[in-house]
Amino acid sequence: MPDLSGMRFAETHEWAKKDGETATVGISEYAQSQLGDVIYLELPAVGQQLDAGARLGVIESVKAASDLYSPVGGEVTEVNAELKDHPEYVNQDPYGKGWIIKLSAVKDNPKLLDQKAYDAFVEGQSR
Amino acid sequence: MVVTAARTPLYEEHVRLGAQMTNFGGWVMPLQYSTIREEHRTVREAVGLFDLSHMGELRVTDESVAQRVVSRDVTRLRPGRIQYAVLCNDAGGIIDDVLVYAVADGGYLLVVNAGNQDGDFDWIRAHAQGGGTVLNVGRDWTLVGVQGPRAVGLVQRLTSAELGSVKYYAFVEGTVADVACVISRTGYTGEDGFELFCANGDAVRLWRALLEEGERDGIRPAGLGARDTLRLEAGMRLYGNDMDADTNPLEAGLDWTLNLDKDFIGRDAIMRTREQGLSRRLVGFKMLDRSIPRHGYNVVSKGERVGTVTSGNVSFTLGYNIGMAYVPPAMAEPGTRLGVDVRGAAAPAEVVPLPFYKRPHPN
Repeated sequence: MPDLSGMRFAETHEWAKKDGETATVGISEYAQSQLGDVIYLELPAVGQQLDAGARLGVIESVKAASDLYSPVGGEVTEVNAELKDHPEYVNQDPYGKGWIIKLSAVKDNPKLLDQKAYDAFVEGQSR
Repeated sequence: MVVTAARTPLYEEHVRLGAQMTNFGGWVMPLQYSTIREEHRTVREAVGLFDLSHMGELRVTDESVAQRVVSRDVTRLRPGRIQYAVLCNDAGGIIDDVLVYAVADGGYLLVVNAGNQDGDFDWIRAHAQGGGTVLNVGRDWTLVGVQGPRAVGLVQRLTSAELGSVKYYAFVEGTVADVACVISRTGYTGEDGFELFCANGDAVRLWRALLEEGERDGIRPAGLGARDTLRLEAGMRLYGNDMDADTNPLEAGLDWTLNLDKDFIGRDAIMRTREQGLSRRLVGFKMLDRSIPRHGYNVVSKGERVGTVTSGNVSFTLGYNIGMAYVPPAMAEPGTRLGVDVRGAAAPAEVVPLPFYKRPHPN
């Protein structure tokens, strides 16, 4: 299990991990398990400005197409190009090589949950 | 009112195998056990095991009743043989698509879609004035699918019935793993294999015996997720998605299920439609980019909406994305370029012949 202590989660099931002014964004283990086999991602262009909670793209699994929301605001500096040929990385390693975008000039979002609070939120949802 | 989804006799087995369950047609069914991709591949390359007990079974003893409600000439069906057909309403709309089994001791067994079984039963009974009996036996039977290139070998090891003589769309009675079964060479995956009907009380025994004996074939249980991606590749229509009571069989490309030289409910309306010409046809298409078509998306051409996607997904076997859609007849020829409206942008697609996938060595 990767170290999730620095990760903050949105109730829409994305995570953000800040490193100074930059952040990496992905989806949670719970989200990937609910989506099932990921087959395609529609991602923003580098340079795009995103507000916290803004739609950043679409993730498609065999089951359905779902919107992705950015847990924090900032400017897109990188999208995970590997996912174009290997969307399954999101299933296999959602906190590692299945990361989705990187942002700079990131502002904190106080609404995000730490792992413990997020786990409790998920448990409440799935009950 | 709380409507509780029914459980099949194999429900506990699915839970024990770690299945993700879903509601389908009033039943709680396994969606997937591992991943849809893995289960799909297992059926294409080895053998998959499906619980299909949600399907309905209706017994129609009287030939003239069956002949009146079924689109094909059931009198041409010899005992032990099976035909795919549709039930239509008076307007020629499809009430359901069914498999008709000609039973040795007379009459027919109709295997119908889960969500339609009670409606079909009422419909047939209402048109059976005085003619024999119509029984809804769906809840007494378990149906298990064994599908894939290794399915025949696997089932053969568990039965003394000579399966080589059971042709595609034929069935025999026999025992499989000492469980009395109807052994039917049918399926909804595009692969060879069997569908096995048994009494509910024997279901767990049969299921476990198939998983155990199939271990050396690489068997995996497979859920409704893989069933849907498999049937789509095989170009098989899904009732409720690709056709419904507002669709007639000609539009759905099911002309071959119609014997218009005999009388059946809906025939006159279908004849009229045929004379007037069709306003739309169901076609298969492949995406020319990475977009994934979905049920309900619009088909567009030159900025105009010209049709509707009825099914769509990735094709794991072919490596591109595929779908079915209703389009104007003028756009139904293979090679025709279409657009699929995916989140506001017209993604390029091309009409291709159905089915998308044919197994390499058909029996």
